[in-house]
Amino acid sequence: MEHQPASDRPALELAREFQRAPLGHHSPALARVLRVLRSEPHEGKHVIVCTKPYQEYRLGRLSARRGEPVALIPGLVYGSREDAEWAVFSRRWEQVYGEPLDQLGGRGDLVGEPT
Amino acid sequence: MTPMVVAYASQLSVAPGERVSCMVSCFGVPEYEARLVRVICGDQNPAGPGFRCEPVAEVPARRLPGRVQAVHAGSFAQLPAPADGWQLSAGFTLQATIWPTTPDKGQQAIVSVDSGHGGALQLRIAADGSLALRIVHPDHGVHTVATGVPMLVREWYLVAASYDPRTGEVLLVQEALRPELRAAGDTSFLLRLPTGLAADLDGPVLLAGQSAGTCRDRLVAKHLYNGKIERPRLVERPVAVADIRELATAEVPAELRAVTAAWDLSQDIPTQLVRALPGRAVDGLLVNLPTRAVKGSNWTGAEMAWRHRPQEYGAIHFHDDDLYDAGWEVDFELEVPATLASGVYALHLQGDEAEDYVPLFVRPAPDGPRADVVFVAPTASYLAYANEHMVTDAPLVQLVTDQVSMLQPQDLFLAEHREYGGSTYDTHSDGSGICHSSRLRPILNMRPQYASWLGGSGSALWQFAADTHITDWLASTGTRFDVLTDEDLHADGAEALAPYRVVITGTHPEYTSQRMRDAYESHTRSGGRLMYLGGNGFYWRTSFPDDLPGVIEVRRTESGTRTWAAEPGEYYHASSGEYGGLWVRCGQSPQQLVGVGFAAQGFDVSSYYRRQAGSFDPRAEFVFRGVGTDERIGDFGLIGGGAAGLEIDRHDVALGSPPHALLLASSEQHTDTYMLTLEELLANRPTATGTQDPLVRADLVLFETAGGGAVFSTGSIAWAGSLSHTGGDNNVARITHNVLMRFLDPELFVPPHPAGAAPHRPGDPRAATTHTDTHVFSAVPPRRDPATSRSASPTASALRQGNPQ
Repeated sequence: MEHQPASDRPALELAREFQRAPLGHHSPALARVLRVLRSEPHEGKHVIVCTKPYQEYRLGRLSARRGEPVALIPGLVYGSREDAEWAVFSRRWEQVYGEPLDQLGGRGDLVGEPT
Repeated sequence: MTPMVVAYASQLSVAPGERVSCMVSCFGVPEYEARLVRVICGDQNPAGPGFRCEPVAEVPARRLPGRVQAVHAGSFAQLPAPADGWQLSAGFTLQATIWPTTPDKGQQAIVSVDSGHGGALQLRIAADGSLALRIVHPDHGVHTVATGVPMLVREWYLVAASYDPRTGEVLLVQEALRPELRAAGDTSFLLRLPTGLAADLDGPVLLAGQSAGTCRDRLVAKHLYNGKIERPRLVERPVAVADIRELATAEVPAELRAVTAAWDLSQDIPTQLVRALPGRAVDGLLVNLPTRAVKGSNWTGAEMAWRHRPQEYGAIHFHDDDLYDAGWEVDFELEVPATLASGVYALHLQGDEAEDYVPLFVRPAPDGPRADVVFVAPTASYLAYANEHMVTDAPLVQLVTDQVSMLQPQDLFLAEHREYGGSTYDTHSDGSGICHSSRLRPILNMRPQYASWLGGSGSALWQFAADTHITDWLASTGTRFDVLTDEDLHADGAEALAPYRVVITGTHPEYTSQRMRDAYESHTRSGGRLMYLGGNGFYWRTSFPDDLPGVIEVRRTESGTRTWAAEPGEYYHASSGEYGGLWVRCGQSPQQLVGVGFAAQGFDVSSYYRRQAGSFDPRAEFVFRGVGTDERIGDFGLIGGGAAGLEIDRHDVALGSPPHALLLASSEQHTDTYMLTLEELLANRPTATGTQDPLVRADLVLFETAGGGAVFSTGSIAWAGSLSHTGGDNNVARITHNVLMRFLDPELFVPPHPAGAAPHRPGDPRAATTHTDTHVFSAVPPRRDPATSRSASPTASALRQGNPQ
């Protein structure tokens, strides 16, 4: 996928805003970014898979073909839904805007290997 | 694969003393223990009261072996051979008028005949999408001819194959009914096969599939066809193009009748019967619930209701993923103890690495004592959402929920096992909407502990698991209550509710049949009390087909929040003949019944209510005892963190809220993920969202009814998730309890004198300021006046049918 030109890249502050409060009211600018990121194509679209309720979350990617399994991404396990949400946000941000969000750290840290 | 136990029961609603069968399939689970449990709370959120079930001691647990049972989805018609079998040795003709929806899918049988002796015939769509004839002769092998011209999707064609065993001549007819297509190329094809390939056959004719043998004594079909079939015919001789065209009309020509089996699919549309026309055919049956009451090739558009011109609805739409009854063998039976109290139960199947809970609602014994309170489990709504695939099929949902969708192991299983059938929110593999749902199959999302992407944040509950917060709260307050289901209500009507003073709904009783709606109305108008503790209730007209236990039918017609749209001309239910769609469009709005109706949905975070003028009316004094004037109501909760959320309903006189209904409280501060429901918009506008549109809100409403009854509505799915907050000591629980106590009190409610009720009249200047379309195009959002509670939707005048009650 083509990245958007750097001049169109949203302010990093919007990523911070999302990191602080992934759920609920968003600023209009962040809401617009979220609409872009969540419009990821059907094929390969990220989802969260709860593997142990309230304990373990993984990331999966959808297939646009009916009947195909949801592909779990190996090696990525999160201890909260919010961490998994941030991980998806970071991946999509990098994919769309070409800018890794590693510098923001915080949420999205892996908690271990899948069990 | 991940170990799984999946199961279903023969009933959802059982009476004490009844027997129930359980059908189980185990994947990687060699054995399991089965027991009956009472479901106390189906929410495993550690922030809440926690998941709790209690074994029913009277029913001993049993250890049973696990086994895999397959689901054979896909609808077809099974049309028996006449007593003397099909006399085909002198040649034959197979034909139908078809509207293929997936001609590029690969081999699909349109009309097929079989025998137990190795012979078979199939009029089919070939791998290249063209029409083919396949002959399997017991002695001379398999022979196939095809037109080689792919058919177009969703176009009507007359298709036929005629074979003369003396000459070996094959006539294939693939004639588009659209004149432009017909003129563009050949429509009949003369081909040649060896002579002597015709043989008598004694098996049934199948429409939309060919025999793949039997499983558990039921015929299984393969090469399943997607699309409509109309006027199927089998002629026991080869005929020419002119005869084929004649046979494609409604009547079979008299001179061919003695050798022709013809079926009229426009007869008995509400049933699963396939009626034979005079001649060689015998009546047959449909398998796995294909869709009837669909337009035929001769549909004129002069009538939109199939009952008015059934002859224009002589097609059936078959789907390769239709499913009625999984038909599994029984793994165990259980007798519900005669003394078991009415309530929410489940069959718990516990394997080493997997488990399943199959819900069972135990209704009171018919001649036993009744509680004063009944909880009606919204099982029609459970069925409507049964095994929904919205996350995997509809990527838009992440925008609708403002979250990345979270899937459960059950969802991963369903994504790979489409044969378990979808919900009425899904589409078939050919893109057409699913209008039926059955409980005779495992329903993996109707389970305690199941968290749904639809359930917002927090506990993420939806339907069954969310409803256990209501029954858990009732039990925790020491309230004796019985449990009924929508099926009971539909079957017994007003009589089902007659023994009860207070009827309590689930969190999302969205799907309602006419008999259910009439039962509620009869209850509230004869002194009964109704507590509607949910959101988006009484929204979609729903039918229960009389001949198929455990099935609902829904048509997503002209408006409403929909995931698919019914085809024009296909808005009337096949099973009941009723006009499908939103109850508000049928002149029987939820607002008329419960004072509020669907306004908006969001699915991210929930919000709170603030008291309105109506809450200070002496008529509502009992509701707010112990609740402060300025308290935010429900700014806490397990479902999205508040009591007002997910799907929310608004009071609106113009849409039918009784004029004397008290608007007690309204929610506010919803996010922009909450958007006004589509049926209220005449034109798109960018202000129809939570922070900009005062129509996006949940209203708490109370009104008295004739005969001393009353209705209390919360207008929010999330309400139940707040009941248990701080051990049940909170204003949501207090209000609910206050209402319940007053509703249990036999003292009659008296509607206020009309003079004080500000009745709504056409031409009423106050009303005219509210229900107008003009604010659709206005820069300023419509204002709401809580004192008169006259916020009307922009389409109110379009929707309103005469005076609201």
